[in-house]
Amino acid sequence: MALAETSPKGRRKSSPFTRFLIKAGKTVMAISVTMLGLLFMTFVIGRVMPVDPVLSIVGERASQEMYDAEFIKLGLDKPIVVQFFYYIRDVVTGNFGISLRTGFPVWNDIVRVFPATMELATIGTILGVLIGVPLGVLAAVKRGTWIDQIARVVALIGYSMPVFWIGLIGLLVLYGMLGWIGGPGRLDVFNEDIIPPVTGMILIDSALARDWFIFKDALSHIILPASLLGYYSLAYISRMTRSFMLEQLSSEYITTARVKGMSERAVIWKHAFGNIKVQLITVIALSYAGLLEGSVLTEIIFSWPGIGSYITTSLLSADMNAVMGGTVVVGLVFVLLNVFAELLYKFFDPRAK
Amino acid sequence: MSIQPTGLRAWLLTDTPTSRHHARMAAYYQAWLSLKSNHMAMFGLGILLLLVILAAFAPILAPAAPDFQILDLRLTPPVWVSDRDPNIDGFILGSDSLGRDILSRLLYGSRITLYIVALVALIAPIAGLFVGTVAGYTGGWIDIILMRITDIFLAFPRLVLALAFVAALGAGIENAVLAISLTAWPPYARIARAETLTIRNSDYIHAVRLQGAGFIRIITKHIWPLCISSLVVRVTLDMAGIILAAAGLGFLGLGAQPPMAEWGAMISEGRRFILDHWWVATMPGLAIFTVSLAFNLLGDGMRDVLDPKEGKS
Repeated sequence: MALAETSPKGRRKSSPFTRFLIKAGKTVMAISVTMLGLLFMTFVIGRVMPVDPVLSIVGERASQEMYDAEFIKLGLDKPIVVQFFYYIRDVVTGNFGISLRTGFPVWNDIVRVFPATMELATIGTILGVLIGVPLGVLAAVKRGTWIDQIARVVALIGYSMPVFWIGLIGLLVLYGMLGWIGGPGRLDVFNEDIIPPVTGMILIDSALARDWFIFKDALSHIILPASLLGYYSLAYISRMTRSFMLEQLSSEYITTARVKGMSERAVIWKHAFGNIKVQLITVIALSYAGLLEGSVLTEIIFSWPGIGSYITTSLLSADMNAVMGGTVVVGLVFVLLNVFAELLYKFFDPRAK
Repeated sequence: MSIQPTGLRAWLLTDTPTSRHHARMAAYYQAWLSLKSNHMAMFGLGILLLLVILAAFAPILAPAAPDFQILDLRLTPPVWVSDRDPNIDGFILGSDSLGRDILSRLLYGSRITLYIVALVALIAPIAGLFVGTVAGYTGGWIDIILMRITDIFLAFPRLVLALAFVAALGAGIENAVLAISLTAWPPYARIARAETLTIRNSDYIHAVRLQGAGFIRIITKHIWPLCISSLVVRVTLDMAGIILAAAGLGFLGLGAQPPMAEWGAMISEGRRFILDHWWVATMPGLAIFTVSLAFNLLGDGMRDVLDPKEGKS
């Protein structure tokens, strides 16, 4: 940040490297301030909670001495500000305390459940991009026609669907009645724990182990929840693609290209689409972040052992260490993805100055 | 509204308004006319009006009280299902696991939904408007601090944050409203600030200031009215999200508490019997879906009318 203050803005051209450092410094600052805010908030929530942290560790029948000892060990006798610093120190070193429900350190729990959420969100985003981008481009090109209207309704339905409900109905019809897909969970019960976890993502692990039977089983389980998340991201991505494309298609260089006699296909895909790529990647990164958190309800419906169901089941059993740890991690990933999207935009789009 | 006496219509469509009130009414009427030509938006508006009527007259329209139980007739299928016992009266949409009429519960539940939506739609935009205009108008340190706080809230995963808030405050409708509002205000603050920045240095604000108007007067009388229209569009588009968030909290057992007939909680209750008694969870889900779709249709149409820069269709 010292560099940012010494280089006069706009007057002298600084070297690209200096500018890079300034940008990097500012970004790191922004991330730290945001994370500090998040930690402050979870700290406050943790303090307001009507759960006595000491009591939940020592149990109700502990003697007063045991209680006092634990009270001091947790640092609760220190001033609040000092406690907040302790909290930050703990979080930075990955110490979120012990989960009362599972009995493991919260950090280990999160490392165990996170790949499941990532697998779901990744496949959802892939589906959303594969369908949403062409749909958005088509809607922009055929603007005002019935194709555009249908694309709009498809997106609005995606925004309006209660995912926990449509998930239930999907399970009822596709699994309960037709038996086309796997039920809740990541695998059929008799297939669990056969594949050694490498990445924690069963599709990848089973492919690595060349166990195509389990791969197929995992696929049949993930297809419905991932499609639901994918539909939600499709709605967002297709609307954004449409509005980006409209902006490009109404510019003069497009008219020029058409006047030159360029084929419509080249105009759309080479010129207009080529110019929205960076914006689009930003949107996709944002929607990926949205899916990571939006999967909370989906995971519950499908008994998907990811971070969302981890947070909510912990919440229902008043396991605050786990809830706060999970919130901080989801928040961190969310912030990082946001920053990543912003950086992409700044570094790769020369127009964003 | 559609058939106007020509006198009033002419008065509303005039090019030369005679008073400020006249000009404002004419502007509203123009907006209404262009909204009216958007069929999907009108469809959404129609559903919402119907919902308000149904909620208002729920005690008259509902066949039974929402928590009236007939335990003998538990899990009765809806009338059109073939394997239903033809001797059973009522229960048009079937009954739930305690023999309560689902239709009545849906009707009463619409009151809870409207209550939550209305409260959030009041609290969040007003909080955002306040923060945004103060930040935008004063500038400097206050602006930096307020916007940093806004960014921090904006950077959070909303549902997870709402979950944590409800966990801390305790489950219940009011706390769910509070939690959703706490996660919903930052976008409004951003919009209000952006609007304020464009207004702040305009001539008429300088003129008002020279006349001796104070900080509060300028913000409330001269800046707020101009921020309203973009906020209203945003609120309408956010309504569906608010409904889904409230229903999601209810589904998790963190919103309205039983025996209240909240739609999300009803789905969660029906989830246990979904394979054999599909209607218990399906009906409230359809209700949620219809209402949020209506809000989205209306909001989408209103954006085209009031906010032409966002890509008219």
